[in-house]
Amino acid sequence: MTLEARDLSIAGRLESVCTTLRPGEVTAICGPNGAGKSTLLAALAGLLAPDGGTVILDGAPLARKSARERAQALGYLPQTAEIAWDLDVATLAGLGRLPWRTSAAEDAAAVASALAALDLDHLAARPVSQLSGGERARALLARVLAGGPRWVLADEPLASLDLAHQAALLDRFRELADSGIGVLLVLHDLARARNRADRVLVLENRRLVADGVPGEALSEAVIAKVWGVEARWLGDPGALALST
Amino acid sequence: MTRPTLILLAALIVALPLSLLAGRVWIDPFQPAIPNAGLILAELRLPRGILALIVGAGLGGAGAAMQGYLRNPLADPGLFGIAPGAALGAVLALAFGATATYALPLAALAGAGGAMALLGVIAGRASGVALFTLAGMMLASLAGALTSLVISLAPNPFALSEIVTWLMGALTDRGWREVWLAGPPTLLGLAVLWRAGPGLDALTLGEATARSLGVQPTRLQWAMIIGVGLTVGAGVAVAGIVGFVGLMVPHLVRRFTDRRPAALIVPSALAGALLLLVADALCRVIPLVTELRLGIALSLLGAPFFLILLLRMRRGLA
Repeated sequence: MTLEARDLSIAGRLESVCTTLRPGEVTAICGPNGAGKSTLLAALAGLLAPDGGTVILDGAPLARKSARERAQALGYLPQTAEIAWDLDVATLAGLGRLPWRTSAAEDAAAVASALAALDLDHLAARPVSQLSGGERARALLARVLAGGPRWVLADEPLASLDLAHQAALLDRFRELADSGIGVLLVLHDLARARNRADRVLVLENRRLVADGVPGEALSEAVIAKVWGVEARWLGDPGALALST
Repeated sequence: MTRPTLILLAALIVALPLSLLAGRVWIDPFQPAIPNAGLILAELRLPRGILALIVGAGLGGAGAAMQGYLRNPLADPGLFGIAPGAALGAVLALAFGATATYALPLAALAGAGGAMALLGVIAGRASGVALFTLAGMMLASLAGALTSLVISLAPNPFALSEIVTWLMGALTDRGWREVWLAGPPTLLGLAVLWRAGPGLDALTLGEATARSLGVQPTRLQWAMIIGVGLTVGAGVAVAGIVGFVGLMVPHLVRRFTDRRPAALIVPSALAGALLLLVADALCRVIPLVTELRLGIALSLLGAPFFLILLLRMRRGLA
């Protein structure tokens, strides 16, 4: 039950990335702008056809699975939180049920439990235009959870959230991992990645340059090399202190 | 069935018989004063009423699907170039003086089919919604330019006036023949659009998310080409260009649904049918020298509506 990138290449965006993700873990993808973080995430979600290599889900190539099978297994949360119509929260979460084609009762139950897991029950009937930024981020995650995915892949889910909401959302991702779901997040905040992830992938210039527990993958040496800044970790778990 | 659907169905059941009574000659159902009232109802007004329902349902349903597909409340079924393509076919038939019974509507259907085929060639190559739509808009302006060319080269003033009148859109003097011509493709097209509903719902969250939910963009494009092509093509073939219905109706109906595009298609088709039925009956009743053209009446109604919509949206943004 793994999600694996085998020698994954996408012309001009990703070069020979190999990694195996395990369920029950929170994995962070870190790297400078343009390193290929979002590309790797989208490729693992089956949204980009690789030019070389394969994505393997549960031992079989992802490209050979049907679109519906893939959609049932992998929940993808893009960076741009576009919601074209002013749906209410429950209807928004219900969109996550589209790959399943189950009965209305089953869909409603899945939506209700997704909303409950994210403390959104009381907002079920509220239009998304009337949500705060934090509520909106949770509602979009509820859409992913309503689909009951085995993997959650989120592209910078913390962007545009304040500190408290970032922490709260990371707690949710931790709960998901504890329930056996594989969580993969693109994160810009290295301190959060180090303190909250089980594992960190570091991309530099389209290549995977570090892959391991946060302490090693985000060591001061790696940060100096990849980001070109002198940084020191203070305390453990610690906040990243940058020297100027 | 949802509540708006039921209410609209009930309204249609009431409105259809009532609309049949209205016209230059009013028919009192209890004391038919005119000798051939039955004939007027069965051969003139009933097919015309049913045709209004068919054309209106097609435009309303296609408008709802287009707005969902483009994620834009200002989208209109004419954007893909299918209506202008159908109009070009019909104008060609008129300019060349084709007089066979089915020549005009069949030429219009052929024009719609041509536009659909060109869109099909583009589909798949331009997999993004924006690129595909731009291609459709280019098709629309090309067909419009060709139509103007044909008009400017019209052989005689009679053909010219015939073309211009036809382009205004109307249901005058249409009969059962047109009902049988437009009915099946419109129903088929609406069914295709209805089946595309879940894909349109997924698009609410953007193209990447829609694909992650299992939507196949090329398939959805084909569904839109076929669905909009059949409904709008058939509508233009029998009624000419009837604007604003596909834009206005989804707007009026959206607030009564949960705002998902899929939830809008059926109520929007029913509301489009109702709007066209009522508008056509009014056209028959309004005392002018000749009957008011349906297309003009709806544009007179639609343009101010569109303006109010824009102003309200601007206020929403401010």
